[in-house]
Amino acid sequence: MPDKVILHAEDLRRALTRIAHEIVERNRGTEGLLFVGLHSRGVPIAQRLAQTIKEVEGAQIPVGALDISLYRDDISKGAKPVVRRTDIPTDVTDKNIVLIDDVLFTGRSIRAAMDAIMDMGRPRSIQLAVLIDRGHRELPIRPDYVGRNLPTGRSEAVAVRLKEMDGRDEVAIVKKEPAMETRP
Amino acid sequence: MSIMEQDKKLVEPLATTHQKIWQHCHVLDVDDFSRDEIELVFETADAMKSILSREIKKVPTLRGRSVVTLFYEPSTRTRASFELAAKSLSADVVNLSSSTSSVEKGESLVDTIHTLEALGAEVIVMRHSQSGAPYLAAQNSRSIIVNAGDGWHAHPTQALLDIYTMREKLGRIAGLKVVIVGDILHSRVARSNIWALSTMGAQIVLCGPPTLLPQAFEKVYPVTIERNIERAIEGANVVMALRLQKERQEKGLLPQIREYIALYQIDQRRLALAKPNALLMHPGPVNEGIEISQEITRGSRSVIDAQVTNGVAVRMALLYLILGVPMHRDELAEGGRPQ
Repeated sequence: MPDKVILHAEDLRRALTRIAHEIVERNRGTEGLLFVGLHSRGVPIAQRLAQTIKEVEGAQIPVGALDISLYRDDISKGAKPVVRRTDIPTDVTDKNIVLIDDVLFTGRSIRAAMDAIMDMGRPRSIQLAVLIDRGHRELPIRPDYVGRNLPTGRSEAVAVRLKEMDGRDEVAIVKKEPAMETRP
Repeated sequence: MSIMEQDKKLVEPLATTHQKIWQHCHVLDVDDFSRDEIELVFETADAMKSILSREIKKVPTLRGRSVVTLFYEPSTRTRASFELAAKSLSADVVNLSSSTSSVEKGESLVDTIHTLEALGAEVIVMRHSQSGAPYLAAQNSRSIIVNAGDGWHAHPTQALLDIYTMREKLGRIAGLKVVIVGDILHSRVARSNIWALSTMGAQIVLCGPPTLLPQAFEKVYPVTIERNIERAIEGANVVMALRLQKERQEKGLLPQIREYIALYQIDQRRLALAKPNALLMHPGPVNEGIEISQEITRGSRSVIDAQVTNGVAVRMALLYLILGVPMHRDELAEGGRPQ
Protein backbone atom coordinates (compact mmCIF):
# COMPACT_ATOMS: atom_id res chain seq x y z
CA MET A 1 0.00 0.00 0.00
CA PRO A 2 1.55 3.32 -1.04
CA ASP A 3 2.12 6.10 1.51
CA LYS A 4 -0.37 8.92 1.49
CA VAL A 5 1.68 12.10 1.72
CA ILE A 6 -0.03 14.70 3.92
CA LEU A 7 2.65 17.38 4.18
CA HIS A 8 5.26 18.06 1.50
CA ALA A 9 8.58 19.78 2.16
CA GLU A 10 7.15 23.27 1.69
CA ASP A 11 4.13 22.59 3.96
CA LEU A 12 6.45 21.23 6.62
CA ARG A 13 8.68 24.30 6.42
CA ARG A 14 5.71 26.68 6.71
CA ALA A 15 4.29 24.77 9.68
CA LEU A 16 7.60 24.95 11.54
CA THR A 17 8.04 28.64 10.72
CA ARG A 18 4.60 29.37 12.13
CA ILE A 19 5.30 27.38 15.32
CA ALA A 20 8.60 29.25 15.76
CA HIS A 21 6.75 32.59 15.62
CA GLU A 22 4.05 31.36 17.99
CA ILE A 23 6.64 30.28 20.55
CA VAL A 24 8.33 33.69 20.50
CA GLU A 25 4.99 35.49 20.66
CA ARG A 26 3.57 33.38 23.50
CA ASN A 27 6.79 33.75 25.56
CA ARG A 28 7.24 37.44 24.69
CA GLY A 29 10.73 36.89 23.34
CA THR A 30 13.36 34.23 23.79
CA GLU A 31 14.56 35.00 27.33
CA GLY A 32 14.78 31.89 29.52
CA LEU A 33 13.65 29.52 26.78
CA LEU A 34 15.16 26.04 26.43
CA PHE A 35 14.20 23.67 23.62
CA VAL A 36 14.25 19.97 24.39
CA GLY A 37 13.79 17.58 21.47
CA LEU A 38 12.70 13.99 22.10
CA HIS A 39 14.88 11.37 20.45
CA SER A 40 15.06 10.88 17.64
CA ARG A 41 13.01 13.14 15.31
CA GLY A 42 12.15 15.72 17.92
CA VAL A 43 15.80 16.74 17.99
CA PRO A 44 16.24 18.00 14.42
CA ILE A 45 12.81 19.68 14.62
CA ALA A 46 13.97 21.51 17.77
CA GLN A 47 17.14 22.59 15.96
CA ARG A 48 15.17 23.91 12.99
CA LEU A 49 12.83 25.89 15.25
CA ALA A 50 15.84 27.38 17.07
CA GLN A 51 17.46 28.22 13.74
CA THR A 52 14.32 29.98 12.46
CA ILE A 53 14.06 32.01 15.65
CA LYS A 54 17.74 32.91 15.40
CA GLU A 55 17.18 34.28 11.89
CA VAL A 56 14.18 36.35 13.00
CA GLU A 57 15.12 37.41 16.51
CA GLY A 58 18.91 37.08 16.40
CA ALA A 59 18.93 35.07 19.64
CA GLN A 60 20.21 31.51 19.93
CA ILE A 61 17.93 29.34 22.05
CA PRO A 62 19.79 26.40 23.64
CA VAL A 63 18.70 23.01 22.24
CA GLY A 64 18.92 19.73 24.13
CA ALA A 65 18.15 16.12 23.32
CA LEU A 66 16.15 13.89 25.64
CA ASP A 67 15.99 10.11 25.66
CA ILE A 68 12.94 8.83 27.52
CA SER A 69 13.70 5.08 27.35
CA LEU A 70 14.40 4.85 31.06
CA TYR A 71 11.11 6.55 31.92
CA ARG A 72 8.83 4.45 29.75
CA ASP A 73 5.90 2.67 31.38
CA ASP A 74 5.95 -0.34 29.07
CA ILE A 75 9.35 -1.77 29.93
CA SER A 76 8.00 -5.27 30.62
CA LYS A 77 6.37 -5.40 27.19
CA GLY A 78 9.65 -5.92 25.39
CA ALA A 79 10.56 -3.73 22.39
CA LYS A 80 12.80 -1.18 24.05
CA PRO A 81 14.95 0.99 21.85
CA VAL A 82 18.64 1.55 22.48
CA VAL A 83 19.11 4.09 25.26
CA ARG A 84 20.75 7.19 23.90
CA ARG A 85 22.47 9.90 25.84
CA THR A 86 20.36 12.67 27.21
CA ASP A 87 22.14 15.92 26.46
CA ILE A 88 20.66 19.07 27.95
CA PRO A 89 23.13 21.97 27.58
CA THR A 90 22.00 24.02 30.59
CA ASP A 91 20.39 23.63 34.00
CA VAL A 92 16.62 23.27 33.56
CA THR A 93 15.77 25.05 36.80
CA ASP A 94 13.73 28.23 36.21
CA LYS A 95 13.77 27.75 32.42
CA ASN A 96 10.71 27.86 30.21
CA ILE A 97 11.09 24.53 28.49
CA VAL A 98 9.49 23.70 25.18
CA LEU A 99 9.32 19.93 24.66
CA ILE A 100 9.43 19.16 20.97
CA ASP A 101 8.39 15.94 19.27
CA ASP A 102 7.37 14.89 15.79
CA VAL A 103 4.07 13.11 16.48
CA LEU A 104 1.76 13.38 19.49
CA PHE A 105 -0.26 10.20 19.91
CA THR A 106 -1.20 8.64 23.27
CA GLY A 107 0.68 11.26 25.28
CA ARG A 108 2.73 8.64 27.11
CA SER A 109 6.06 9.81 25.64
CA ILE A 110 5.32 13.31 26.88
CA ARG A 111 4.41 12.02 30.34
CA ALA A 112 7.77 10.21 30.42
CA ALA A 113 9.59 13.29 29.12
CA MET A 114 8.06 15.51 31.81
CA ASP A 115 9.12 13.03 34.51
CA ALA A 116 12.65 12.99 33.08
CA ILE A 117 12.83 16.80 33.04
CA MET A 118 11.49 17.04 36.60
CA ASP A 119 14.28 14.71 37.80
CA MET A 120 16.82 17.22 36.47
CA GLY A 121 15.48 20.26 38.27
CA ARG A 122 12.49 22.55 38.62
CA PRO A 123 11.64 24.36 35.39
CA ARG A 124 9.46 27.48 35.52
CA SER A 125 7.15 25.97 32.91
CA ILE A 126 6.95 23.18 30.35
CA GLN A 127 5.24 23.72 27.00
CA LEU A 128 4.72 21.23 24.21
CA ALA A 129 5.26 21.68 20.47
CA VAL A 130 4.50 18.89 18.01
CA LEU A 131 4.60 18.75 14.24
CA ILE A 132 1.62 16.37 14.04
CA ASP A 133 -1.20 15.76 16.53
CA ARG A 134 -2.84 12.52 15.47
CA GLY A 135 -5.29 12.19 18.39
CA HIS A 136 -6.03 9.03 20.46
CA ARG A 137 -4.80 10.58 23.72
CA GLU A 138 -4.69 8.27 26.75
CA LEU A 139 -3.56 10.94 29.22
CA PRO A 140 -4.70 14.50 29.97
CA ILE A 141 -2.02 16.12 27.82
CA ARG A 142 -2.54 18.75 25.11
CA PRO A 143 0.02 20.51 22.92
CA ASP A 144 0.63 24.29 23.04
CA TYR A 145 1.84 24.44 19.44
CA VAL A 146 0.68 22.13 16.64
CA GLY A 147 1.91 21.95 13.05
CA ARG A 148 -1.10 20.01 11.77
CA ASN A 149 -4.00 18.15 13.39
CA LEU A 150 -4.29 14.85 11.61
CA PRO A 151 -7.25 12.55 12.33
CA THR A 152 -5.99 8.97 11.99
CA GLY A 153 -7.14 5.44 12.60
CA ARG A 154 -5.35 3.33 15.18
CA SER A 155 -4.30 0.88 12.49
CA GLU A 156 -2.54 3.69 10.64
CA ALA A 157 0.86 5.13 11.44
CA VAL A 158 2.22 8.59 10.80
CA ALA A 159 5.68 8.67 9.25
CA VAL A 160 7.56 11.94 9.68
CA ARG A 161 10.59 12.02 7.39
CA LEU A 162 13.26 14.65 7.89
CA LYS A 163 16.16 15.61 5.66
CA GLU A 164 18.67 15.19 8.51
CA MET A 165 17.80 11.52 9.05
CA ASP A 166 15.72 10.32 6.11
CA GLY A 167 17.05 12.36 3.20
CA ARG A 168 13.79 14.24 2.53
CA ASP A 169 11.11 16.28 4.27
CA GLU A 170 7.56 14.94 4.30
CA VAL A 171 4.80 13.58 6.47
CA ALA A 172 2.85 10.54 5.30
CA ILE A 173 0.20 8.15 6.57
CA VAL A 174 1.23 4.53 6.23
CA LYS A 175 -0.37 1.23 7.16
CA LYS A 176 1.15 0.09 10.42
CA GLU A 177 3.75 -2.63 10.20
CA PRO A 178 4.14 -4.94 13.17
CA ALA A 179 7.77 -3.83 13.64
CA MET A 180 6.87 -0.14 13.68
CA GLU A 181 8.48 1.78 16.50
CA THR A 182 5.99 2.31 19.30
CA ARG A 183 6.43 4.83 22.04
CA PRO A 184 4.62 4.90 25.35
CA MET B 1 33.07 22.59 19.10
CA SER B 2 31.05 24.62 16.64
CA ILE B 3 27.26 24.78 16.74
CA MET B 4 27.16 22.77 13.53
CA GLU B 5 29.21 19.93 14.97
CA GLN B 6 27.16 20.01 18.14
CA ASP B 7 24.01 19.72 16.09
CA LYS B 8 25.39 16.74 14.22
CA LYS B 9 26.20 15.05 17.50
CA LEU B 10 22.62 15.44 18.64
CA VAL B 11 21.14 14.02 15.47
CA GLU B 12 22.04 10.39 15.79
CA PRO B 13 21.08 7.63 13.40
CA LEU B 14 17.68 6.01 13.78
CA ALA B 15 17.04 3.85 16.79
CA THR B 16 17.46 0.15 16.32
CA THR B 17 15.63 -1.89 18.90
CA HIS B 18 18.23 -3.75 20.85
CA GLN B 19 16.65 -7.17 20.47
CA LYS B 20 18.39 -7.37 17.12
CA ILE B 21 21.72 -7.23 18.90
CA TRP B 22 21.11 -8.49 22.42
CA GLN B 23 20.87 -12.26 22.65
CA HIS B 24 21.31 -13.11 26.31
CA CYS B 25 18.89 -14.52 28.86
CA HIS B 26 21.59 -14.68 31.52
CA VAL B 27 25.00 -13.12 31.97
CA LEU B 28 27.22 -16.10 32.78
CA ASP B 29 30.44 -15.15 31.00
CA VAL B 30 31.56 -12.82 28.24
CA ASP B 31 33.03 -15.56 26.04
CA ASP B 32 29.73 -15.74 24.11
CA PHE B 33 29.26 -11.97 23.76
CA SER B 34 29.51 -10.56 20.25
CA ARG B 35 31.31 -7.34 19.53
CA ASP B 36 27.97 -5.64 18.87
CA GLU B 37 26.60 -6.81 22.19
CA ILE B 38 29.61 -5.45 24.07
CA GLU B 39 29.25 -2.14 22.19
CA LEU B 40 25.56 -2.05 23.13
CA VAL B 41 26.45 -2.55 26.81
CA PHE B 42 28.93 0.33 26.56
CA GLU B 43 26.51 2.70 24.80
CA THR B 44 23.83 1.92 27.35
CA ALA B 45 26.38 2.42 30.14
CA ASP B 46 27.14 5.90 28.73
CA ALA B 47 23.50 6.84 29.24
CA MET B 48 23.53 5.31 32.72
CA LYS B 49 26.67 7.21 33.63
CA SER B 50 25.03 10.53 32.84
CA ILE B 51 22.23 9.61 35.27
CA LEU B 52 24.78 8.89 38.00
CA SER B 53 26.25 12.37 37.55
CA ARG B 54 22.89 14.04 38.16
CA GLU B 55 21.59 15.39 41.43
CA ILE B 56 18.84 12.78 41.50
CA LYS B 57 20.68 9.56 40.72
CA LYS B 58 17.61 7.48 40.10
CA VAL B 59 15.33 6.61 37.23
CA PRO B 60 12.05 4.66 37.51
CA THR B 61 12.96 2.11 34.83
CA LEU B 62 12.88 -1.09 36.90
CA ARG B 63 10.27 -0.01 39.42
CA GLY B 64 8.61 -3.06 40.92
CA ARG B 65 11.22 -5.49 39.62
CA SER B 66 13.24 -7.54 42.08
CA VAL B 67 16.95 -8.29 42.19
CA VAL B 68 18.56 -10.63 44.71
CA THR B 69 22.29 -10.71 45.33
CA LEU B 70 23.45 -14.11 46.55
CA PHE B 71 27.08 -14.17 47.63
CA TYR B 72 28.79 -17.35 48.75
CA GLU B 73 32.13 -15.53 48.87
CA PRO B 74 33.06 -12.22 50.50
CA SER B 75 32.92 -9.09 48.38
CA THR B 76 32.70 -5.37 49.01
CA ARG B 77 32.76 -3.57 45.72
CA THR B 78 31.00 -6.02 43.41
CA ARG B 79 28.09 -6.48 45.75
CA ALA B 80 27.75 -2.80 46.64
CA SER B 81 28.08 -1.94 42.96
CA PHE B 82 25.25 -4.29 41.93
CA GLU B 83 23.07 -3.04 44.76
CA LEU B 84 23.61 0.60 43.81
CA ALA B 85 23.05 -0.21 40.14
CA ALA B 86 19.74 -1.95 40.85
CA LYS B 87 18.60 0.79 43.22
CA SER B 88 19.48 3.55 40.75
CA LEU B 89 17.06 1.85 38.36
CA SER B 90 14.44 1.70 41.17
CA ALA B 91 14.48 -2.11 41.48
CA ASP B 92 13.91 -3.73 44.86
CA VAL B 93 17.08 -5.38 46.14
CA VAL B 94 17.51 -8.18 48.65
CA ASN B 95 21.03 -9.13 49.74
CA LEU B 96 21.85 -12.65 50.88
CA SER B 97 25.20 -14.04 51.83
CA SER B 98 26.13 -17.56 52.83
CA SER B 99 26.57 -16.56 56.48
CA THR B 100 23.10 -15.03 56.79
CA SER B 101 21.13 -17.59 54.81
CA SER B 102 20.11 -21.21 55.16
CA VAL B 103 23.28 -22.14 53.32
CA GLU B 104 24.69 -22.38 56.85
CA LYS B 105 22.08 -25.06 57.56
CA GLY B 106 23.24 -27.04 54.55
CA GLU B 107 20.74 -25.91 51.92
CA SER B 108 22.01 -26.75 48.43
CA LEU B 109 22.56 -24.17 45.72
CA VAL B 110 19.68 -25.49 43.62
CA ASP B 111 17.31 -25.45 46.62
CA THR B 112 18.33 -21.88 47.42
CA ILE B 113 17.76 -20.80 43.83
CA HIS B 114 14.33 -22.49 43.80
CA THR B 115 13.41 -20.70 47.02
CA LEU B 116 14.47 -17.30 45.69
CA GLU B 117 12.57 -17.97 42.50
CA ALA B 118 9.45 -18.87 44.49
CA LEU B 119 9.86 -15.61 46.41
CA GLY B 120 9.67 -13.80 43.09
CA ALA B 121 13.32 -12.93 42.41
CA GLU B 122 13.53 -11.91 38.77
CA VAL B 123 17.29 -11.50 38.71
CA ILE B 124 19.72 -13.41 40.90
CA VAL B 125 23.21 -11.93 41.01
CA MET B 126 25.43 -14.68 42.35
CA ARG B 127 29.00 -15.25 43.41
CA HIS B 128 30.23 -18.73 44.18
CA SER B 129 33.60 -20.32 44.85
CA GLN B 130 32.85 -23.21 42.46
CA SER B 131 33.49 -22.61 38.78
CA GLY B 132 30.30 -23.27 36.83
CA ALA B 133 27.91 -22.75 39.75
CA PRO B 134 25.94 -20.00 37.91
CA TYR B 135 25.45 -22.38 34.97
CA LEU B 136 23.94 -24.96 37.31
CA ALA B 137 21.72 -22.24 38.75
CA ALA B 138 20.65 -21.07 35.29
CA GLN B 139 19.71 -24.60 34.24
CA ASN B 140 17.56 -25.04 37.33
CA SER B 141 15.88 -21.69 37.49
CA ARG B 142 13.34 -19.48 35.85
CA SER B 143 15.07 -16.42 37.28
CA ILE B 144 17.70 -14.54 35.32
CA ILE B 145 21.19 -15.38 36.58
CA VAL B 146 24.00 -12.82 36.54
CA ASN B 147 27.42 -14.21 37.38
CA ALA B 148 29.28 -11.98 39.83
CA GLY B 149 32.28 -14.31 39.88
CA ASP B 150 32.53 -18.12 39.93
CA GLY B 151 35.70 -19.83 41.14
CA TRP B 152 38.58 -19.36 38.74
CA HIS B 153 36.24 -19.33 35.79
CA ALA B 154 34.62 -15.99 35.00
CA HIS B 155 33.75 -12.52 36.25
CA PRO B 156 31.95 -11.03 33.25
CA THR B 157 30.82 -7.73 34.77
CA GLN B 158 34.36 -6.96 35.97
CA ALA B 159 35.75 -7.55 32.46
CA LEU B 160 33.07 -5.32 30.92
CA LEU B 161 33.72 -2.48 33.36
CA ASP B 162 37.49 -2.83 32.84
CA ILE B 163 37.12 -2.57 29.08
CA TYR B 164 34.53 0.21 29.39
CA THR B 165 37.11 2.16 31.42
CA MET B 166 39.76 1.57 28.72
CA ARG B 167 37.32 2.79 26.06
CA GLU B 168 36.43 5.85 28.12
CA LYS B 169 40.06 6.82 28.81
CA LEU B 170 41.72 5.80 25.54
CA GLY B 171 38.82 6.09 23.08
CA ARG B 172 39.19 2.65 21.54
CA ILE B 173 39.92 -1.01 22.28
CA ALA B 174 40.98 -2.44 18.91
CA GLY B 175 44.76 -2.49 18.56
CA LEU B 176 45.51 -1.74 22.23
CA LYS B 177 48.29 -3.70 23.91
CA VAL B 178 46.96 -4.89 27.26
CA VAL B 179 49.35 -6.53 29.71
CA ILE B 180 47.92 -8.60 32.56
CA VAL B 181 50.43 -9.28 35.34
CA GLY B 182 50.35 -11.67 38.29
CA ASP B 183 48.34 -14.66 39.42
CA ILE B 184 46.59 -15.47 36.17
CA LEU B 185 46.01 -19.15 36.95
CA HIS B 186 43.56 -18.45 39.79
CA SER B 187 42.03 -15.35 38.23
CA ARG B 188 38.48 -15.25 36.89
CA VAL B 189 39.04 -11.56 36.17
CA ALA B 190 41.90 -12.39 33.80
CA ARG B 191 39.94 -15.12 32.00
CA SER B 192 36.90 -12.94 31.34
CA ASN B 193 39.08 -10.01 30.30
CA ILE B 194 40.98 -12.20 27.85
CA TRP B 195 37.76 -13.30 26.09
CA ALA B 196 36.19 -9.87 25.91
CA LEU B 197 39.40 -8.05 24.98
CA SER B 198 40.11 -10.46 22.16
CA THR B 199 36.53 -10.07 20.87
CA MET B 200 37.13 -6.32 20.81
CA GLY B 201 40.41 -6.69 18.92
CA ALA B 202 43.00 -5.95 21.60
CA GLN B 203 46.39 -7.63 21.82
CA ILE B 204 46.83 -9.46 25.14
CA VAL B 205 50.15 -10.18 26.83
CA LEU B 206 50.30 -12.17 30.07
CA CYS B 207 53.16 -11.95 32.56
CA GLY B 208 53.80 -13.94 35.74
CA PRO B 209 55.80 -16.81 37.26
CA PRO B 210 55.25 -20.28 35.71
CA THR B 211 53.52 -21.55 38.85
CA LEU B 212 50.85 -18.83 38.51
CA LEU B 213 50.87 -18.66 34.71
CA PRO B 214 51.33 -22.07 33.07
CA GLN B 215 52.76 -22.04 29.55
CA ALA B 216 49.63 -23.89 28.37
CA PHE B 217 47.69 -20.60 28.55
CA GLU B 218 49.17 -19.74 25.17
CA LYS B 219 47.53 -22.84 23.69
CA VAL B 220 44.08 -22.29 25.23
CA TYR B 221 43.66 -18.51 25.06
CA PRO B 222 44.33 -15.92 22.35
CA VAL B 223 47.33 -14.49 24.23
CA THR B 224 51.11 -14.34 24.25
CA ILE B 225 53.21 -14.94 27.37
CA GLU B 226 56.20 -12.79 28.28
CA ARG B 227 57.94 -13.76 31.53
CA ASN B 228 60.12 -10.67 31.71
CA ILE B 229 58.07 -7.81 33.13
CA GLU B 230 60.08 -5.04 31.46
CA ARG B 231 59.64 -6.59 28.01
CA ALA B 232 55.96 -7.28 28.72
CA ILE B 233 55.17 -3.69 29.72
CA GLU B 234 57.19 -2.06 26.96
CA GLY B 235 54.85 -0.06 24.69
CA ALA B 236 51.70 -1.20 26.53
CA ASN B 237 48.53 0.92 26.50
CA VAL B 238 47.10 -0.77 29.58
CA VAL B 239 48.85 -2.48 32.49
CA MET B 240 46.53 -4.55 34.63
CA ALA B 241 47.77 -6.04 37.89
CA LEU B 242 45.89 -8.86 39.61
CA ARG B 243 45.53 -9.47 43.31
CA LEU B 244 48.09 -11.89 44.74
CA GLN B 245 46.46 -14.05 47.36
CA LYS B 246 48.85 -14.57 50.21
CA GLU B 247 47.71 -18.20 50.61
CA ARG B 248 49.50 -18.98 47.36
CA GLN B 249 52.83 -18.85 49.14
CA GLU B 250 51.62 -21.37 51.72
CA LYS B 251 50.70 -23.75 48.91
CA GLY B 252 54.25 -23.56 47.59
CA LEU B 253 53.42 -21.69 44.40
CA LEU B 254 55.65 -18.79 45.43
CA PRO B 255 58.92 -19.18 47.27
CA GLN B 256 58.74 -15.69 48.77
CA ILE B 257 56.53 -12.63 48.43
CA ARG B 258 59.74 -10.54 48.31
CA GLU B 259 60.88 -12.44 45.26
CA TYR B 260 57.53 -11.82 43.55
CA ILE B 261 57.85 -8.11 44.31
CA ALA B 262 61.36 -8.00 42.86
CA LEU B 263 60.35 -9.78 39.65
CA TYR B 264 56.74 -8.72 39.00
CA GLN B 265 55.73 -5.67 41.02
CA ILE B 266 54.57 -2.74 38.91
CA ASP B 267 56.49 0.31 40.05
CA GLN B 268 57.25 3.76 38.70
CA ARG B 269 60.30 2.61 36.74
CA ARG B 270 58.55 -0.33 35.08
CA LEU B 271 55.38 1.62 34.32
CA ALA B 272 57.55 4.24 32.57
CA LEU B 273 58.26 1.62 29.87
CA ALA B 274 54.59 1.66 28.83
CA LYS B 275 53.05 4.27 26.47
CA PRO B 276 53.05 7.80 27.91
CA ASN B 277 49.26 7.80 28.44
CA ALA B 278 49.09 4.16 29.56
CA LEU B 279 46.51 3.16 32.17
CA LEU B 280 47.25 1.29 35.37
CA MET B 281 44.37 -0.95 36.40
CA HIS B 282 43.60 -3.37 39.21
CA PRO B 283 40.31 -5.19 39.90
CA GLY B 284 40.82 -4.72 43.66
CA PRO B 285 41.25 -5.16 46.47
CA VAL B 286 44.88 -4.07 46.09
CA ASN B 287 47.63 -5.42 48.33
CA GLU B 288 49.53 -2.15 48.29
CA GLY B 289 53.24 -2.64 48.04
CA ILE B 290 52.91 -6.15 46.55
CA GLU B 291 51.28 -6.14 43.07
CA ILE B 292 51.70 -2.40 42.65
CA SER B 293 54.16 -0.15 44.48
CA GLN B 294 52.56 2.25 46.92
CA GLU B 295 53.56 5.47 45.14
CA ILE B 296 51.71 4.62 41.91
CA THR B 297 48.58 2.92 43.31
CA ARG B 298 46.89 6.32 43.58
CA GLY B 299 49.19 7.97 41.01
CA SER B 300 48.26 9.87 37.85
CA ARG B 301 48.17 6.72 35.68
CA SER B 302 45.96 4.80 38.05
CA VAL B 303 42.31 4.42 36.99
CA ILE B 304 41.45 2.07 39.86
CA ASP B 305 38.83 4.46 41.27
CA ALA B 306 37.34 5.04 37.80
CA GLN B 307 36.97 1.25 37.46
CA VAL B 308 34.85 1.17 40.61
CA THR B 309 32.72 4.17 39.52
CA ASN B 310 32.18 2.75 36.04
CA GLY B 311 31.19 -0.58 37.55
CA VAL B 312 27.86 0.85 38.66
CA ALA B 313 27.04 2.26 35.20
CA VAL B 314 28.00 -0.98 33.42
CA ARG B 315 25.94 -3.09 35.84
CA MET B 316 22.95 -0.75 35.39
CA ALA B 317 23.29 -1.25 31.64
CA LEU B 318 23.35 -5.03 32.01
CA LEU B 319 20.33 -5.10 34.34
CA TYR B 320 18.43 -2.88 31.92
CA LEU B 321 19.31 -5.00 28.90
CA ILE B 322 18.71 -8.34 30.54
CA LEU B 323 15.32 -7.40 32.00
CA GLY B 324 14.19 -6.10 28.63
CA VAL B 325 14.58 -9.26 26.59
CA PRO B 326 11.17 -10.75 25.99
CA MET B 327 11.40 -14.49 26.29
CA HIS B 328 9.43 -17.58 26.92
CA ARG B 329 9.82 -19.08 30.30
CA ASP B 330 10.61 -22.49 28.74
CA GLU B 331 13.66 -21.15 26.97
CA LEU B 332 14.79 -19.58 30.22
CA ALA B 333 14.53 -22.89 32.02
CA GLU B 334 16.92 -24.44 29.56
CA GLY B 335 19.46 -21.79 30.42
CA GLY B 336 19.94 -21.07 26.76
CA ARG B 337 19.46 -18.18 24.41
CA PRO B 338 16.11 -16.99 23.17
CA GLN B 339 15.11 -17.99 19.64
